[in-house]
Amino acid sequence: MISAEGITKSYGNVRAVDNISFAIREGEITGLLGPNGAGKTTTLRMLTCYLKPDSGSIKVGNYNTEENPLEIKKIIGYLPESAPLYGDMLVYDYLNYIAEIRGLEDKGRIRETGKLCGINDVMHKNISELSKGYKQRVGLAHAMIHDPDILILDEPTSGLDPNQIIEIRNLIKEIGRKKTVILSTHILSEVEATCDRIIIINKGTIVADDRTEHLQKDKVNESRLSIKVSGTDHDTLRRELSSIKGITSIEEKEDHKLISLSLSYPGSMDLRPDIFKLISSRGWIMYEMKPEHISLENIFRELTAGGDNEKH
Amino acid sequence: MKNINATISIVKKELRSYFVSPIAYIVITIFLIFSGFFFFKDFFYFNQAEMRNLFQLLPIMFTFVVPAVTMRLFSEERYSGSLEILMTLPVETFNAVLGKFLAGTIFIVVMILPTIIYLFSILLVGSPDMGPIIGGYFGTVLLGGAYASIGILASSLSKNQIVAFISAWAVTFFLWLIDKIVIFLPSKLAFLQYLGSDFHFRNISKGIIDTRDIIYFLSVIAISIILTVKILDERR
Repeated sequence: MISAEGITKSYGNVRAVDNISFAIREGEITGLLGPNGAGKTTTLRMLTCYLKPDSGSIKVGNYNTEENPLEIKKIIGYLPESAPLYGDMLVYDYLNYIAEIRGLEDKGRIRETGKLCGINDVMHKNISELSKGYKQRVGLAHAMIHDPDILILDEPTSGLDPNQIIEIRNLIKEIGRKKTVILSTHILSEVEATCDRIIIINKGTIVADDRTEHLQKDKVNESRLSIKVSGTDHDTLRRELSSIKGITSIEEKEDHKLISLSLSYPGSMDLRPDIFKLISSRGWIMYEMKPEHISLENIFRELTAGGDNEKH
Repeated sequence: MKNINATISIVKKELRSYFVSPIAYIVITIFLIFSGFFFFKDFFYFNQAEMRNLFQLLPIMFTFVVPAVTMRLFSEERYSGSLEILMTLPVETFNAVLGKFLAGTIFIVVMILPTIIYLFSILLVGSPDMGPIIGGYFGTVLLGGAYASIGILASSLSKNQIVAFISAWAVTFFLWLIDKIVIFLPSKLAFLQYLGSDFHFRNISKGIIDTRDIIYFLSVIAISIILTVKILDERR
């Protein structure tokens, strides 16, 4: 659906995006993840034809951004960062203006999109009077009004309260069932919650590009297990567990009643049967054994260490 | 000109933005107070049933008024970030610039419309020569358009509306001034008077419609619009 080949963009002496290539498939929600100033917004601006790459090429559908920007703008719906809408307009007038520019004759589309984005009750309010959450929804409606094949959202949940974040995420997931969605964020839980695929970008270059679950599995080659046991003491349990081949680390966890430990071992092994057998053979009682979820945070930190750049 | 509907939508949107803001009414009121003062000064003091004095003052008044009207057109969009919205819609840069230029020019026409009351006033008490009056209004539209295009060019250069206003004022004031200072310059530079907006406006407002004067104003408009499009495209 979208392919970028060796795109580079500089602002003066600062190289915001440095020779990156990626492909985005149809029907996927792709998250562009990176620290502030990593080059996410610049990348999205190039995809939407707002900026021209200094070198490299971008193909969206059958069109090239250099040769057919108008055709690309027709099939893309774009919500820029912070939804910079015209504050002096009423929501309905604004959406009507966008519909007119996009050549939509069916005015019912404004109400349909308004319903989908939950803004029909503020249609006759001035945009400048809306809360941040509603402005973001109006921005989403603006991006979706022409039922685009591709939806590009730059930090769609930034500045929203937790309830609004969940609502917008659910909306994006709903849209992502039928459309290709690309969203940028520096919030890790956002991509974990919404995206099928992640492109991690740091200092203008791509440091990871894979499906979310593959990244979690492959990039951190480690499994972690949390256990809670009674009937022994910390030192004995630790000593006994150390005898199991494969365990790389044992960390104590705070627990007032039970002995609670976090065990690490290579991701290719499954040591749960060995651990269970050992504890039951000693007559100790196991209250809990559960795999610890390795969050994207670890992967992100590993890949973008020292990468909190200045915003471009 | 590929997407004229988009241009019309932009014109409508900009006109609506002008008239929902109090600034439009303030600008129109100030303009009418000043133009009314200079018109009625001659009308009552000298018993002259003519509008010459009004048209004589328009070129200098417009150097202040028109940049104030156009300063927000791109500066505000750049400042608020909404330019990103506009430029990612399926609209050619030319259509966006043309839409804003037409909106600015229409606003100026709306602003001078109430001065027709002055015309009716003099028609009631005398029989003025209509040639200079029709020429004067025609020239005013051309002059307003030319200054509006310069104002839009200045607006595309800065995020700051005040900077846009001052830049546009400086250029339009220079064009107003140039034919008046040419006598201080070597005779070889006398051709510079043809760059003067007032020089061409004076000809038209005498009721003489000369294609050279029309071409001058249309050229200023075309050059400013082309430069604005180039600036916006180059910033990408």
